[in-house]
Parts: sequence; structure tokens; C-alpha cells
Amino acid sequence: MPTVPPPTQQLTLRTTEERQSGSAPFESWGRYPTYCANMIPLHWQGDFSAIAPGLLNGALPVGMGRSYGDGCLLKDGNLLVTTGMNRLIAFDPETGLLTAEAGITLAQILDFAVPRGFFLPVTPGTKYVTLGGAIANDVHGKNHHFAGTFGCHITQFELIRSDGTRKRCTPVENSDWYSATIGGLGLTGFISWATLRLRPIVSRKIEYEGIQFHGIDEFLDLTEQSKDVEFTMSWVDVTSTGRNFARGIFMQGDHSARRDDLTPSPKPKLIFPFEAPGFALNHLSVGLFNTAYFHKQIHKRVVGLQDYEPFFYPLDMVLHWNRMYGKRGLLQFQYVIPWEHAKEGTIAVLREVAKSGLASFLAVLKAFGDVPSPGMMSFPKPGITLALDFPIKPDKTFPLFHRLAEMTREFGGRLYPAKDAAMTASQFKTFYPQWEQFARYRDPLLSSSFWERVTQSS
Amino acid sequence: MLGATSGIAEATCRIWATQAASFFLVARNAEKLAAVAADLKTRGASYVDTAVVDLDDTDRHAGLLSHAVNSLTGMDIAYLAYGVLGDQEEAEQDFNAAAQIIHTNFMAPVSLLTWLANYCVQRHSGMIAVLSSAAGDRGRKSNYAYGSSKAGLSAFLEGLRNRVDREGVTVLTIKPGPVRTAMTAGMAKSDKFADPDAVAESIVKAVKKRKDVVYVPFQWRLIMFIVRNIPERIFKKMNL
Repeated sequence: MPTVPPPTQQLTLRTTEERQSGSAPFESWGRYPTYCANMIPLHWQGDFSAIAPGLLNGALPVGMGRSYGDGCLLKDGNLLVTTGMNRLIAFDPETGLLTAEAGITLAQILDFAVPRGFFLPVTPGTKYVTLGGAIANDVHGKNHHFAGTFGCHITQFELIRSDGTRKRCTPVENSDWYSATIGGLGLTGFISWATLRLRPIVSRKIEYEGIQFHGIDEFLDLTEQSKDVEFTMSWVDVTSTGRNFARGIFMQGDHSARRDDLTPSPKPKLIFPFEAPGFALNHLSVGLFNTAYFHKQIHKRVVGLQDYEPFFYPLDMVLHWNRMYGKRGLLQFQYVIPWEHAKEGTIAVLREVAKSGLASFLAVLKAFGDVPSPGMMSFPKPGITLALDFPIKPDKTFPLFHRLAEMTREFGGRLYPAKDAAMTASQFKTFYPQWEQFARYRDPLLSSSFWERVTQSS
Repeated sequence: MLGATSGIAEATCRIWATQAASFFLVARNAEKLAAVAADLKTRGASYVDTAVVDLDDTDRHAGLLSHAVNSLTGMDIAYLAYGVLGDQEEAEQDFNAAAQIIHTNFMAPVSLLTWLANYCVQRHSGMIAVLSSAAGDRGRKSNYAYGSSKAGLSAFLEGLRNRVDREGVTVLTIKPGPVRTAMTAGMAKSDKFADPDAVAESIVKAVKKRKDVVYVPFQWRLIMFIVRNIPERIFKKMNL
């Protein structure tokens, strides 16, 4: 087995295509870190129970590998690739309840649901994640203040433990397992199927509005004014300072209520064809991009109808867009800071990022609502969430990340495990003090490189 | 649908299900068969009936097939996707292992095809679509037990087509290259294999156009043309 380089060293080049079976490096979406693991594709619900007794070195169920850090990795262990388990089990058009195997992707669910007049109740910024992965990370979307997390819409699922026991979990039946598994990072057992409550739509279109803002105060005002709009999120320019500090575009929308086209989406045709050289993303190029993006919207306010694909999944249009960050990969940073310190915390973090000169052009700002998350380890809570991504520059990115993580800790916030590759065990234990309670629900066979990293004793 | 839990078969049936097709599904494993049936029903199949049968047992074929056409009240397409990859190394050492591969991939299909062809000829209509393999186009040391069983199947289908074409019956020989399914999951580089959904789309098109022979993905027609034309003197030295 190759040794794993420490964070500051250059990583070996690996292509995403190399990752379906046999012992091979499985890449997370951030492409950092990269570990070798034994890949085992599963095709049937019974496969996990059949192979579990023979697995040595631990195992981790994985889906599309869209989490950014090491939450979907298990160094030198067995990765159980669930994407072959993508069958539908039942659908009730009266209630919108869809039951499917856990390896189905949200894209496949949409292909089925949209022509029938249904949509996902909550969707993250990519549709290329599995149902099981969306549960295990209790993902959130632009409508968090309306609908809560993805887990809020999971009415039941089956959890198979490595000792062969099967548990049907609902908010009332095996409710502790239900709560531990939603946001449980795939560690509590194998999710074989789940039931998701879809929501009705009459059109593919989103009634969209984009509004320019300058500074966090304007962002908070817009958030307050748009309480009745289902989807809100903001792109924020983190490279500008002075007069343009924390400028951005506040985007909001609702599913259009006007009856219209419900045809399925075409397949994406653009593929980011190669790895960009390491210097391609720098302060200048990202600054230019951010300025152009801000002014692309010429008017302070833009209103229109937009298809749901570019509204929810702008980056899915380009497959493998993560290659833009070059072979070293990218590091995501996403916090939530509770309302008490949300404003000062966000301003302080944005100042620190601008000062560092480290480029980030995917900076997303959003206010979380107060719908409680069903998961014991769920990330969202009321407050402001900010997501940034940085190209990995060996000497700079990690020190900045640690400063930002420490600031998050001081402001009473926490980081998102699905996007993390760098928080320390001590930070994790402050962010998630319930981790020891959660650990009691972990399946003894299952682990992840993330879990091993953040639970090690210091 | 004979061999309904095969990865390629399932992907094909999903497309037909969205067109509200009626299915009679046959497979050996009850749990997997039920999962496939529920999926097709949910996707829009008008009718789904199933039978759990080990198709190696040729004595049961006639009863099974007449039950199937009764259940469906007719039959437009018989789709035969039943087969095993087998273990080449084992087959080299043990005749029984080789015979088992030949039985599953060739003998049992011959039994099914005999019944199906006669049924279609009587009605002067119908289509028989069969998953053979590009591997049947030339024997190679890495999988000649499997390859020869599929070669036999392809030759049988060629002859059958020659017989029943004039009766208004279509025989489609499907020759997949390597496809990423449960059958090939253990093979090296199986991630480089074709996507079953794309293969299924080509099969649905070929059925609609009532083709005779189709390679999926299509580039395997060219690849196998080249492979077939390598002189044996050279071919026997190659590592394929």
C-alpha cells in the first residue's frame, strides 16, 4: 500500500475513472486526501449481510463520493459502493411517498419524479448524490428555513447491522437509531432502502429573483424580507475589500405555480476535460471572475423564470468540475454560527479570508431556519452558514483553515463533516459534544477515515 | 424475460417499463426477482408477473413458457438474458465446470429457443432477442469456456433466423462487449466497461428496428471485425 503523504506534500495524480472496483484509490469530491481501499460494488439489498462476516479491516458504505473530504474514505479498508442498488420499490402519487433502494441518486429520483409532477423536498447543490448519502450526511438546501434538512422528509428506512439484524427505523419506531443514522455518516449500519416524501410541482420552472447587496447588513435585511420565499441563498465575493467588502448576489425563488413543461432533464454534455495547472486559480483570476460575476447582473434587481437545473445545480452542468482545482484538489470550509454571534463571526471570517489573499470563488452564504434537524449529528442549526472552497496551496491553505476553524469555535459555531478534510479532533469534539453518545450507535464493522481522524485522542 | 435479474436485462426492462409494457419475469433468486418486479411496476409497467425457476432445469421449460404466454395473453418479444460468466481457470481443470457453463449458456437456451421459435412460427409473428456476447466471435485463452458457449449460441441463432425469417419471426442476436454489471463486478478494470443504461438504450433501438445482429456498444462491431481477422498464426501467440 502506498503511504499517505502529510497534508503539505504534493499528492499523486489520480483520475476519477479509476475508482469503481478492486483495490484502487477512491476519490472524494475535493480530491484530497486520496487513500487506497478495496472497492466492492453491491447490487442487491441482501449483499451487505452476505459479505459482512468476511470483511476484514473495516468497511464503509459509499455512494457517489460527492462529500468533499475523508467522510467517504476508509484508508486500506473496504468501500461498499452502493450505486448498483438503485431500484424503486413503491410510489404513491396521492402522498408523494417514494420508497427506493439507498444507492439511487437524486438525479435518478428526479428523472422519475418530475414527469409525474413531483420534486425533491430538499436538495443539495448537486443531484449526483445517493439517497443513502443524503441521509447519512443529513444534507440541506436553499429551503432550509422552510423545510429543514433532507432527513426531515425521510419517513422510514431499513438499517442492516453487520451482525445481520435488520431494523425498520421511523421517528417513532427505533427512533434512537433513526436519529443516530440521519447525519450518522454511514457509520451506524447499512441503509438498504428508505422512504422519502416528495413534494408536488406543476412546472420545471423557478420564479427567480437576484438582488445585489453590499455587506452583511444588507444580506441580513434581504434574508429578513424574504422569509416567505422558499429558496434563498447568496453568492458572496470574498476577494474584495474596502468599499466592496462582502458584496454579493442574493438569490431567491419559488417553484412556479403556473402549469408548464414537466419533461425530464437532458443528460449533461460538458465535461471538464483535464486537470487545470496549479497556478490557474489565483487571487487575480478569481478576483476577476468575482468582479465579472457580480456585474454580470447589471441591474440591482433581476426577476425571471429559470429552469430548476441551473437554479439548483449550476455546477452539475460541467461533469468533473472539481478538476478545475488541479491535481492537489480543493479544501472546503463550511460553518454555521448561531444567531447570537452570526453577524460578527461572519464579518470576522470574511475579513480573515480577504486578508489571506487565498482565492475562493465558490462562496455561499445562507441563513439556516429553526426547523429542528432530526439527526443526532446533523450539521444545520439556526444561524448563518458560509461555505468556501480553496485550492490547496500547501503552505497557506491549511494554516488559514485552522485559523478559520478556531474562529468558528470561538463564535460558538461548528463545521460540516460532509465537507471537511482538516478539522482537528479537539475541534470536532467541541463542535459535536454528543459524539460519544453517537459512538455507541456505530456499527463495529463500519468506520471512515474522517471518523478515525476526528475521534483520535489527542 | 428469461434471466430477469441480469444487469443488462434489468436496464432494458426499465426503458420498456416507462413505455407501459407488460412483463413476465423469470429468475432463479426469489428476493432479487421481487426487487426487479417492484421496480418495473413502480416505473410504469402495465402488468408484471413472475416465476422463480432455475432455467438450467430444461424439463421445466415447456410448462414455464406456456404459463408465461397464458399469463400475458400473448407475447411480442421473448428476451433471453440468462447466462453465467463462469470461472475459466476452473473450467480448464475440471470438465464438469466447463460442461456447466456450456449447459447454462448454450444447452438451456437451445431448449428455450426451440419452444419459443415454434410458438412464434405458428403465429407468424414475434421477436426473439437473445443476449449472446462479443466474446463468442473468437475463442481466447482468458475465457474460451464462456466464449465457446456464446459462439455456439450465436451460430444457433444465425441458423434459427435463417429458418424463421420467412415465417415473419425476427431473431435478434445481441453481442455486448464488457458491461459494468454484477456479472463483471469482480473483473479488473470493470469501471472502464460500458454503462448498462447506455447498452440498454441501444438494445431497445435494435428491437424497435427489428435488427438481426447488434453489437453494444456499437464500437465492438469494429473491434471484433479486427479481432476476427487476425491470422490464427499470430492470434495464437497473443495474450487476450
